Amino acid sequence: METFKIKRIFSDNLGRNNPVFAQVLGICSTLAVTNVMKNTVVMCVGLIFVTGLSSLTVSLMREYIPSRIRMMVETLIIASYVIIVDIVLKAYLPDVSRQLGPYVGLIITNCIIMGRAEAFALSNPPGLSFLDGVVSGLGYSYVLLVIAFFRELLGSGSIWGFRVLGAWWTNWSIMVMAPGAFFMLAIFIWIVKGSLIKEEGGNNK
Amino acid sequence: MTEGITFYAIFFAAIFTNNILLTNYLGMCSFLAVSREVKTSVGLGMAVIFVMAVTSALNWLAYRYILVPLDLVYLRYIIFIVIIAAFVQLIEMIIERVSDSLYASLGIFLPLITVNCAILGVSLFMIIRDYHFLSSFFYGLGSGIGWALAIVAMAGIRQKMTRSRVPKGLAGAGITLIIAGIMALAFMGFSGMIKIS
Repeated sequence: METFKIKRIFSDNLGRNNPVFAQVLGICSTLAVTNVMKNTVVMCVGLIFVTGLSSLTVSLMREYIPSRIRMMVETLIIASYVIIVDIVLKAYLPDVSRQLGPYVGLIITNCIIMGRAEAFALSNPPGLSFLDGVVSGLGYSYVLLVIAFFRELLGSGSIWGFRVLGAWWTNWSIMVMAPGAFFMLAIFIWIVKGSLIKEEGGNNK
Repeated sequence: MTEGITFYAIFFAAIFTNNILLTNYLGMCSFLAVSREVKTSVGLGMAVIFVMAVTSALNWLAYRYILVPLDLVYLRYIIFIVIIAAFVQLIEMIIERVSDSLYASLGIFLPLITVNCAILGVSLFMIIRDYHFLSSFFYGLGSGIGWALAIVAMAGIRQKMTRSRVPKGLAGAGITLIIAGIMALAFMGFSGMIKIS
């Protein structure tokens, strides 16, 4: 039972029910921080930290939270963890913190965290909830990293700040701006959904 | 704040050149979910304009007169989100008492707004950019109008799109994102008109 559940957590969050491309949650930050890989990694680590611990906390408190105000309680729990992330970033990575700007604070309204707290942590024991939070954070992170990789490569000809494409490469400056983000995510969703549909079609035959 | 930028410049910049949805990607969740019909998206747009303008002013006051003097700036996320949630709840109760028709058209959207990242985003941006009170209010108002403009335009396009054949994998979120991308390209045409940092 237990191992089955753990398996479900992994396969759901990383594949079929991935928060980004299947449920289309947390898109704001997906688009906003993916222009440079370094920022993306910092953002992902922050998000994994917050989803994991807030799921754990909500799950620990699930019997004491009155259901009428549970949204508010969840938001406050999430906000406290986000503040920790914000303070740590400001202290150790001031540059990245400045570039991310308000998007660190906006982790609070990232629907993935709230979604996991509502859908999973409220009805499951703390250990599993923590795992679920972390794994859904990972599911979010790898999509972001793929998108950030292509946006930085095409938009600035570099990866992680190092120039990998030679002088012959003309930067697609559109990729680091807003439209590029929309197109990249759309293409990603297209590819993944397309292959999922094909897979299902194959199973039905 | 640099000199020469007045609140009306901020207002128009927030609508066109720095559209909160198309250049800062905020409020995407409800943008993707509620943009199927023009009518509902107008309702949501109205609610967002109203809440955004008022909460940005309220949050500015709370930040300037409560958090800064007490040296509790790091608590701003909690304070902002509580103010937004409380305000939305209050408005919902008032509308419910005062007008049934307004509640029917606007009320259902209000709970959605609390978790709309654009609302919190506007408050955070105005703090980072160091706006004055009036500028903050107009920034909130302009951002709301810009957001509403984008979602209504998107709903109009999506309504027409029900008749076209979209590749299966793109249907739903994918095609909406591509349209948003094209819209963002169009809005880039405004850039250079007014600049705010």
